[in-house]
Amino acid sequence: MNAAATASMTSTGEAVQFWILAVVATGGALGTVLMRKAVHSALSLAGTMIVLAVFYLANGAYFLGVVQIIVYTGAIMMLFLFVVMLVGVTAADSLKETIRGQRWLAALCALGFGVLLFAGIANASLRSFDGLGQANSGGNVQGIAALLFTKYVFAFEITGALLITAAVGAMVLTHRERTERAPTQRELSVARVRRGKQVPPLPAPGVYARHNAVDVPGLLPDGTPSELTVNATLRARGQIRDVSAEALGELAALEQRSSEWQGQKQGEGRKGAAQ
Amino acid sequence: MNPVNYLYLAALLFTVGAAGVLIRRNAIVLFMCIELMLNACNLAFVTFSRMHGNLDGQVIAFFTMVVAAAEVVIGLAIIVTIFRSRHSASVDDSGLLKL
Repeated sequence: MNAAATASMTSTGEAVQFWILAVVATGGALGTVLMRKAVHSALSLAGTMIVLAVFYLANGAYFLGVVQIIVYTGAIMMLFLFVVMLVGVTAADSLKETIRGQRWLAALCALGFGVLLFAGIANASLRSFDGLGQANSGGNVQGIAALLFTKYVFAFEITGALLITAAVGAMVLTHRERTERAPTQRELSVARVRRGKQVPPLPAPGVYARHNAVDVPGLLPDGTPSELTVNATLRARGQIRDVSAEALGELAALEQRSSEWQGQKQGEGRKGAAQ
Repeated sequence: MNPVNYLYLAALLFTVGAAGVLIRRNAIVLFMCIELMLNACNLAFVTFSRMHGNLDGQVIAFFTMVVAAAEVVIGLAIIVTIFRSRHSASVDDSGLLKL
C-alpha cells in the first residue's frame, strides 16, 4: 500500500470510533429536534457537541477540539440553559399545528434537502485525503496561530470588533431603563388596602411544625390545603405535595396504638384478677 | 473507512438541524437547531482541512465558532427581551416588531 492510499483511508480504530459516535451524534441531533422540553433539547445538543469535539480531535484539529468543548459545551450551552431557566415553565412547546400539515411538509423538505446534499457529496470528484501530517508537523496550535496572524489577520481584527459589538449589544438589549419613580413602601401599602383583596401578607406554606417544605400547602381550619400558600411557579408546574390526608392517617395510627395499649392493659388486669 | 463519511455525517446533521428550524416553534429550540447546523458546517470544514492537507479549513471553522458565539449572545438577549414584553417564547406569537 503506498503512502497516498494510507492517508486516504482511516485506521480500523478510527472507523470503529466513527461508526459508534456517529450514531450518538445523530441521536443527539434528533433528540434536539424531537424532545418536547427545551432543557432536554439543550442536553441532547450538548451531547452532540461533545461527540463533534471527539471527531475534530480524530481529524487532527486538536485546537478546535478543545475549543469546541470549552466554548460550545462549556459557554454557549450554559448560556442556553440559563435562558431556558429564565424563560421558565411556560417554555414548553405547544404541539398544536398552526399551519395544517406543516410538520409533514417540513419533514418532506428536509428529506429532499438531505438527498440533494448526499447526492452532491457522492457525485463530487473529491480528491484523495492528504492528511494533516505535514501541516501539523510544527504543532497544530502553532500552525493555526501562524495562519491567523499572517494570512487571516484582518479577519481576526474584525472578529474582535464583532465580539465587542455583540457584548455591548447584549447589554443594551437586556438593560431596562426605569421610566417611572419606584413606589415607596407607604404607597404600596395604601394601594394594597385600597384593593382590599389580600391586606395582610400571604400565608406561609407548611403545616404546623411537621411539614415546613415550600411545596407543602398550608391547611385551612377544615383540613383542605390552601393553594394561596404555595409559590406560583410550583403551582404552575403542579409540584404541590398534598399532606391533608396524612393527619387522618396519623390519627388512625394513634387510635390503633392506644386501643392496642388498652387491650394489653385489660389483658394484664384480667390476668391479675385470675391469679 | 473513507474519511468522506465525515462529510456525509455533516450533511446529515445539517439536514436534521434544518428540519428542526422548520418544525419547532420555541425560539430557544430554534436557536439550538441553528447551532447544530453551524456545528455540522464546522465538521465539514475540518474534514476538508484534512483532505487538502492544510490548516485553512480549521481557521475558518474557528471563525465560525466566534461568529456563532456572538450570534448566540445577541439572539438570546433578543429572546429574553421579547419574553419580557410578550410572556411567550413561541415564534408564532411574535408577528409584530412593535408591541
